[in-house]
Amino acid sequence: MDRFRFVLYRPLQLVPVLFGISLVSFVLVQSIPGDPVRILLGVRGTAEVIAKVRAQYGLDEPVLVQYFYFLKNLAEGEFGRSIIYKTPVLSLISTRIAPTLFLLCYGVLMAVTIAVPLAVTASINRGRWLDALVRSYSTAGLGLPAFWLGIVLIIVFSLRLGWFPVSGYGRGFFEHLHHLFLPAFTIALALSPVLIRNLRASLLVELEADHITAARSRGLPERRIFFRHVFRNSLIPTITLLGVNIGWLIGGTVVVEQVFSVPGLGSLMVGSIFARDYLVVQAVTLIFACGVILTNFLVDVVSVALDPRIVL
Amino acid sequence: MSAITPSPVTLGLGGRLGASKSLLWGGGLTLIWILLALTAPLVAPYDPTAQDLTATLRPPSLTHPLGTDNFGRDVLSRIIWGTRLDLAMGLLALVTPFVAGCLIGLISGYFGGIVDILLMRLLDVTMSFPFFVLVIAIISVLGPGLASFFIAVALVAWVSYARLVRSRVLVLKHADFVLAARSLGYGHLRVMLRHILPNAVLPAIVFAMSDVVITILLGSSLSYLGMGVQPPTPEWGVMIAEGQNFLATAWWICFFPGLAIVFVALGFSLLADGLAERFGTVE
Repeated sequence: MDRFRFVLYRPLQLVPVLFGISLVSFVLVQSIPGDPVRILLGVRGTAEVIAKVRAQYGLDEPVLVQYFYFLKNLAEGEFGRSIIYKTPVLSLISTRIAPTLFLLCYGVLMAVTIAVPLAVTASINRGRWLDALVRSYSTAGLGLPAFWLGIVLIIVFSLRLGWFPVSGYGRGFFEHLHHLFLPAFTIALALSPVLIRNLRASLLVELEADHITAARSRGLPERRIFFRHVFRNSLIPTITLLGVNIGWLIGGTVVVEQVFSVPGLGSLMVGSIFARDYLVVQAVTLIFACGVILTNFLVDVVSVALDPRIVL
Repeated sequence: MSAITPSPVTLGLGGRLGASKSLLWGGGLTLIWILLALTAPLVAPYDPTAQDLTATLRPPSLTHPLGTDNFGRDVLSRIIWGTRLDLAMGLLALVTPFVAGCLIGLISGYFGGIVDILLMRLLDVTMSFPFFVLVIAIISVLGPGLASFFIAVALVAWVSYARLVRSRVLVLKHADFVLAARSLGYGHLRVMLRHILPNAVLPAIVFAMSDVVITILLGSSLSYLGMGVQPPTPEWGVMIAEGQNFLATAWWICFFPGLAIVFVALGFSLLADGLAERFGTVE
């Protein structure tokens, strides 16, 4: 179990990064021009409330002290209040996080479902027309703008065919599946080219490994060699790749949520930017950054669990 | 299933011919777009902002090859003029982060020590934020517009270049020719800029080609959300946002600008692939 010792000390190594993240979010709100109290409270705000906010954020103190107030508030789970929704930011986030997580998982599952068979087909038929076809999709697909893709899918599948709703989230698991199909498909189409390119590359490397040649020389059937020897070894790079792309994926989700009016964190963030609801913007940014760090940590754990050779 | 034949380990198209093919197609496509951007006033059949309220929401026809929008503006002309802005966003926005990233990577890798540790922590922190989220958070502070977009990209996009250059510099600084240059008495600055940088910059240049794709997508997404270029300026993301209200009746307003993005991106992606294969910097 020595290999899993990093699970204990990795979080400690992440402490400086977490500090950095909090510092960036702090500086972000600090750099807004104007009186911070007015901005944080909106146009209205009684003298009493203003005094309370000043005390809570230590706004009369030097900047460095203000940062410690900020950290103290974070540690207490105090993200402030939203000007627009008139509720604590934390409760706002807790109601909005589920659609985003649902959409992310749904999109990733769909992307893997698309990418794996295509990459396998391409690598087996290397250099032939099927390979060329998959490769042109994975090159052209790199530049697919998610927001435009979403709109094209709406035109075809919602407006023309009427198979899926244009927007929303629905109630209950199966309605979520139905409502989020097109948004998740958009994410999958935009993500799969990256997955295909890398999975195909690692399959090709794997196909030329010594243990594959050894398996062939023992006369094992090609199909068995492919699935038992080649494919299994190519899964770990794909999982790592999902970890590397999680930040990019979250960015895509923000846009896709906006296109399909999904009530998630992304549309909350975009709406709050236009409403100048800075504490919400700050909190969502922080949450997304923590999500990236957590995902990369989980990817490390999973790849160590899957491959005994990996030592972190 | 017998088609799986052993061959030398290459990740790309395999062979020099294939490599030059992506380079050729990518270069050609990119050149066409750049020419289109430069000659926009000559090529565009109509004024991109001229409204014609007698010809609104017309489907593609001979007079308006890609149709007209809700103000009767010619979609083709707006796409051609949009080429200028979208290419400018993709190419110009990367100049600052490219230069800054290369210099930071150079300094960090060459001197090491506390400078390296601090810069690399800054890099770790920047990379923990989802790229898009950090950019829109910065724009929320600076206010929407093209200038904010350039600043936000500069603040975020340098990390990739710094990382690529630094990892090359770490190897190169122990190379014989660098030691030779040092022992000839050349100063650090001269060795860094004249001897190490030219040898370390290639992966960064190759990456810049695919970064152009990312930045064009970013810029048009921001304009689509209303945080980048503002209407009525002809820009592809803006056009798609404006056309979204007329999806049911006039699909062409949204459809063609998006296609333009796909083909510009394709040009640069092929260019990136071609260069990566040509110079053997496949990641």
